[in-house]
Amino acid sequence: MAKQGEGGGYNRPRLALHVPEPKFRPGDTVDFSHIPVPEAGAQPRPDETCAASETNPLCTALVRVLGDDNKAHGPWDPRLSPDKLREILRDMALVRAFDERMYRGQRQGKTSFYMKCTGEEATSVAAAHALASDDMAFPSYRQQGVLISRGYPMVEMINQIYSNRGDKLKGRQLPIMYSSRGYSFFTISGNLATQLPQATGFAMASAIKGDSRIAAAWVGEGSTAEGDFHSALTFAAVYNAPVVFNVVNNQWAISSFSGFAGSERTTFAARAIGYGIAGLRVDGNDPLAVYAAERWAADRARSNNGPTLIEYFTYRAEGHSTSDDPSQYRSAQEREEWPLGDPIMRLKLHLIELGEWSEDQQKAMDQELAEAVKAATKEAEKNGILGHGMHHPFHTMFEDVFEELPWHLEEQADQAIRERKIKWPQQ
Amino acid sequence: MATAVSGDDVVSLSDAPTRPMNMIEAINDALDIMLERDPDVIVMGEDVGYFGGVFRATAGLQDKYGKTRVFDTPISECGIIGVAVGMGAYGLRPVPEIQFADYIYPGLDQLISEAARLRYRSAGEFIAPMTVRTPFGGGIFGGQTHSQSPEAIFTHVSGLKTIVPSTPHDAKGLLIAAIEDNDPCIFFEPKRIYNGPFDGYYDKPTKPWKDHPDAKVPEGYYSIPLGKARTVRKGEALTVLVYGTMVHVAEAVCREKGVDAEIIDLRTLVPLDIEAVEKSVEKTGRCLVIHEATRTSGFGAELVSLVQERCFYHLEAPVERVTGFDTPYPHSLEWAYFPGPIRIGEAIDKLLEA
Repeated sequence: MAKQGEGGGYNRPRLALHVPEPKFRPGDTVDFSHIPVPEAGAQPRPDETCAASETNPLCTALVRVLGDDNKAHGPWDPRLSPDKLREILRDMALVRAFDERMYRGQRQGKTSFYMKCTGEEATSVAAAHALASDDMAFPSYRQQGVLISRGYPMVEMINQIYSNRGDKLKGRQLPIMYSSRGYSFFTISGNLATQLPQATGFAMASAIKGDSRIAAAWVGEGSTAEGDFHSALTFAAVYNAPVVFNVVNNQWAISSFSGFAGSERTTFAARAIGYGIAGLRVDGNDPLAVYAAERWAADRARSNNGPTLIEYFTYRAEGHSTSDDPSQYRSAQEREEWPLGDPIMRLKLHLIELGEWSEDQQKAMDQELAEAVKAATKEAEKNGILGHGMHHPFHTMFEDVFEELPWHLEEQADQAIRERKIKWPQQ
Repeated sequence: MATAVSGDDVVSLSDAPTRPMNMIEAINDALDIMLERDPDVIVMGEDVGYFGGVFRATAGLQDKYGKTRVFDTPISECGIIGVAVGMGAYGLRPVPEIQFADYIYPGLDQLISEAARLRYRSAGEFIAPMTVRTPFGGGIFGGQTHSQSPEAIFTHVSGLKTIVPSTPHDAKGLLIAAIEDNDPCIFFEPKRIYNGPFDGYYDKPTKPWKDHPDAKVPEGYYSIPLGKARTVRKGEALTVLVYGTMVHVAEAVCREKGVDAEIIDLRTLVPLDIEAVEKSVEKTGRCLVIHEATRTSGFGAELVSLVQERCFYHLEAPVERVTGFDTPYPHSLEWAYFPGPIRIGEAIDKLLEA
């Protein structure tokens, strides 16, 4: 038997552990030439009813529609009307304006926390436009674009972010963890990837009842390492569940690059191959490609052809949240050098190219959206901001744990209310 | 002499004829009735479909209700429970089975962070009305991965209801109540007594249920409200707080020792019937808590605390607790682990002598 310890095994080669390392760290010069960017329009578009295996080549490709010439190309062009394109552009710009304002609000101490989706707006906005408004969205924490696209009132979103009197979630959830059954937007969890089996279960339930609603779930590339991701794909594959899994590959999970989720060996879309479900790898900064892919997958699910895993290849231009500083772990140049550009810019230039939009109109719209967000903020602030008093009656803290209040929670509620009178007699 | 009291707090119980059933049959009957009554009830789990479950709890149900209402699942507890959460959010009432309670841990995040919190975090917009059925407890030579009693983990979580029946009669009524409940429920089935009550002597075979009064199960629909304990027998000398398999062990020990004990079968741990506990302990002044699960941070610790906090001035002796040992469940030595007549008898003596 070989001797244990250092150098054990004698003349056998010493084993070595590989720890992934991103290509660029702070101060490094960025060169993204290793990322192949295929020509727009070059990817084939199989029929939505095709065998899952027909999509295998698309799991390692990159579906693109908008070319460098700002024109739409190829079979994935969803051929949207100029009005629809302007709607998507407007919703993406509104999300960006909203993020900007809320980020500042956090810095001003109006709330504890915020998460921007800058650079990734297409992955939620264009996707939401491709779904039916009552398809249940199971979002992660960066899909505010789904709510915005569905016309959910911004004031309600801000009320939630401020945990104020108007917050429909009664000040219980972290800011940005929205919930709206009316807008088919599932309540957000802080535990990652838990929504994927839930989306699958919702889709299965819809199928059991012979309904026509499908489910669509979003998850970051980092969270694909969670067991829930694999359970969800197994169930979806086994029961042919009408569900769309959107993996937003924005390259960074806080400070861990996508290599820690396994991206060095294969793509995230290629996970679909092992489960025998359809998979698409899509330029996530191309709103037309995102719309086309999401619509393809939704139509496929709706016609009982099964689940689809879509990887949206994009870039998180900002920090993970207001609690981290990306300049501490990645090169500041990455954002500028990202080879797939910016989704809002790309759609704007496309509309201009079509003769359906102008820089002046864009400027006017941005101005108008900034004003709209500002007005919503003012409106929400009338209901209070986080930290300025306790906005909710103490009894609400104990409600909704169960449908009915059991004796032990009633006793604890009495205690909390008694303490309040002693601690904060003025409130 | 103590008198047996049984079946109190039963609602919706008509004059239906009764039929002797063992616990598995009672559970199967409850599922059958709920699948029939409510098209939103779905039964799923490993091997529950065609085969009817490894303990036969779902036998015949797929044949009767079809493959989209009673079906097998992949071996993925995280998936089973996560999918059930999504089904509940849609509006169904899934009844997932986890084949052994020991396997539930991969699904804990979905139970603890998701099912239990959905109502709270969405302020009532989304709920997870699901009932996770799972066989639990030892006494069948199941070794450390087929014998555990993890109920304390769930009683510690806000938003879950924890249920443990001890008779066929209660298993049926409580399971129906759990399925109808709009909160997520964990339904622990004491597998040692699936086929007969067990009086605690490892070298004696389990008796069949057919001669037991609580195995005369009414036909058709009835439910037993969650949060209501059952007085197994009335007594004056001491109160025994107990649930599941240990109800029968406690009963046998008290009977054989001739102790005039009041035995309270808690039936649901959360919500707990605190009134029944207080009333009995105030009357007897002595209290023994028994469970099969390991001792440290077990549910017994909670019961002892509650009795101490709420009944202290009525107590004639310190509250005693009999539990399993703080070891994993051993295979060959399982009857040394099991809190049987000796451990219970000694605790009763100590209580009565104090």
